[in-house]
Amino acid sequence: MKTTGANLLRILLERQGIHTLPGIPGGAILPFYDALHGSAIRHVLARHEQGAGFIAQGMARVTGRAAACLATSGPGATNLLTAIADARLDSVPLVAITGQVSQSLIGTDAFQEVDTYGLTLPITKHNFLVRSAAELLDVVPLAFQLAESGRPGPVAIDVPKDVQNATIEIDALPEPGRRQPLAPCPDEPIDALAHLLAHAQRPVLYLGGGVISSDASALARALAHRASAPIVSTLMALGAIPPEDPLFMGMLGMHGTQGTNFLLEEADLVLAIGARFDDRATGKVAEFCPRATIAHIDIDPAEIGKIKTAFLGLVGDAADILRRLLDILPPQTRPAWRARAAELRATYPLQHPPRSEDPLHPVNLCRFLGEQLPADAIITTDVGQHQMWVAQAYPFRQPRTLLTSGGLGTMGFGLPAAIGAALAAPGRRVACVSGDGSILMNIQELATLAEENLPVAVLIFNNTHLGLVRQQQELFYRQRYEASRFASSPDFAAIARGFGVRGERIDPMGDPLEQISAALAGEGPCVIDIPIHTTANVYPMVPPGAANRQMLIAQPEPAHA
Amino acid sequence: MPNQMTHATILELTVRNHPGTMSHITGLFARRAFNLEAILVVPLPGGENSRILLHMANEPKLEQVERQLVKLHDVLSVRQRTDLAPDIFQQLARTLA
Repeated sequence: MKTTGANLLRILLERQGIHTLPGIPGGAILPFYDALHGSAIRHVLARHEQGAGFIAQGMARVTGRAAACLATSGPGATNLLTAIADARLDSVPLVAITGQVSQSLIGTDAFQEVDTYGLTLPITKHNFLVRSAAELLDVVPLAFQLAESGRPGPVAIDVPKDVQNATIEIDALPEPGRRQPLAPCPDEPIDALAHLLAHAQRPVLYLGGGVISSDASALARALAHRASAPIVSTLMALGAIPPEDPLFMGMLGMHGTQGTNFLLEEADLVLAIGARFDDRATGKVAEFCPRATIAHIDIDPAEIGKIKTAFLGLVGDAADILRRLLDILPPQTRPAWRARAAELRATYPLQHPPRSEDPLHPVNLCRFLGEQLPADAIITTDVGQHQMWVAQAYPFRQPRTLLTSGGLGTMGFGLPAAIGAALAAPGRRVACVSGDGSILMNIQELATLAEENLPVAVLIFNNTHLGLVRQQQELFYRQRYEASRFASSPDFAAIARGFGVRGERIDPMGDPLEQISAALAGEGPCVIDIPIHTTANVYPMVPPGAANRQMLIAQPEPAHA
Repeated sequence: MPNQMTHATILELTVRNHPGTMSHITGLFARRAFNLEAILVVPLPGGENSRILLHMANEPKLEQVERQLVKLHDVLSVRQRTDLAPDIFQQLARTLA
């Protein structure tokens, strides 16, 4: 078969099962766009390449399979970088394809030339600069294999224009790249872990995003009940365990509940599963779980002992290890420890005014949304206070229902990720909870949302501030507020309507929850602008650098005017 | 320097010999704030693979360095060369001086 590099790239992507491809065209990627003409691949035209990258991330985070995105050379590629770096830190399988100037022009400072290979090198699992059309036969399947195998992550493929235009004769097409099976964890450490769990007095399971990546949520829950071990969760593992589970203690760390962090102080064995001891979870590492032996299950051997020395490290797929552990672990009742966990949870609930008094308190709002939306609804967030309120209070009941930028903390993630989620999960309700700061960072994707007409509701918790910055200035910078208040606040409902999306502004004087409910009940995409208290803080909060036991808690607030 | 030498390690890497491999390795050291004292690269017979000797301080991060290096797609193997005298880099430096 005689074909072009561009056409070959399209065929290889089709064979990888790519049927939705977000991107933005430009000069250096035009041969590939020409090859897309008439293809079964549905191209989704984003309005900024970062939007395209996060749309692909939304697809990948919902399905667990690698998604691809597309950009041209130069600014197209640099605009993608944030989404690629974000995928790296949250271990999201992503294949980013960029056009590049023709090889004869590389190194000449040509129009829209940038060293995409060099720029993507430190933020990808692996990256490629394709030097001939024939190389695509190896590179494309390998890129998908690398993105999905082991610990997932992003892979970048930079394709010069002459490679896309080159004619090539091919005899056979390669098999699509697939997740490669891992070497199984040996039996000995699993036996040792069973022994540790059997002999611990106060064990705790500390779940990270790896539990969700490896589809091990149900197994982790079964282990908790078998071992009578309470469960704490990172931001990335929310959804793995339903909140009504009596052993579930919620999120740990900087904005975790007090009882959760105190429980870890008392634990004598902490089993980390697919978690990486991130500083937002551990607080001051030297004082994290001070009485506990650490055991650590991770697919990435470099994570074992990276931050905190593990007494026992188990490298492998969490689901496989947990299944084999459950085969040999006898049940433990530990009534006193279960009672202690229940006591801590009951003693230290989230502090917030009752709904009847303050329906728009963010904690009340998140709980209300949890009642309004179905259990399989997908929630995306941006980054800041609203993200932490959602993590604390929204009842995530299923894995992969919370899509949030955990590691990189990228404002602007929420809207495009919601679009990607809606594309990848037709028929499911998708809500993006954002803030009035974050939403402006990728608001142009409302145009994409209008065009695709997806059932995405964008809820803006509007406090006219960069709220988490304002909160830190209040608590740690002597209330010297600098650059955290927006003097000008846009009319988000009008902006939405300008994009062709239904826009509503909630009037706090009426029945605000009734208005939100009505807005959510409408057809198609919508933006709901919700005024919240301008100075509400997220509590508890561990000051940056402090140990998790040193949480600041809400002060009794004066009555609101 | 002589004192530092006694606390140094030589890592031997076998890598795929193609453009970009060196960037991946040196980039890793830069990004993870690992110290690299010296680097020596020679192509292996056949030209498909290269051998790299990395001379690094024997810091607590050494194990983490090795684990991160192994994860690089173009790095085929990593091992410590305790049999090599750390001053081979010094000798080489004198030759080049």
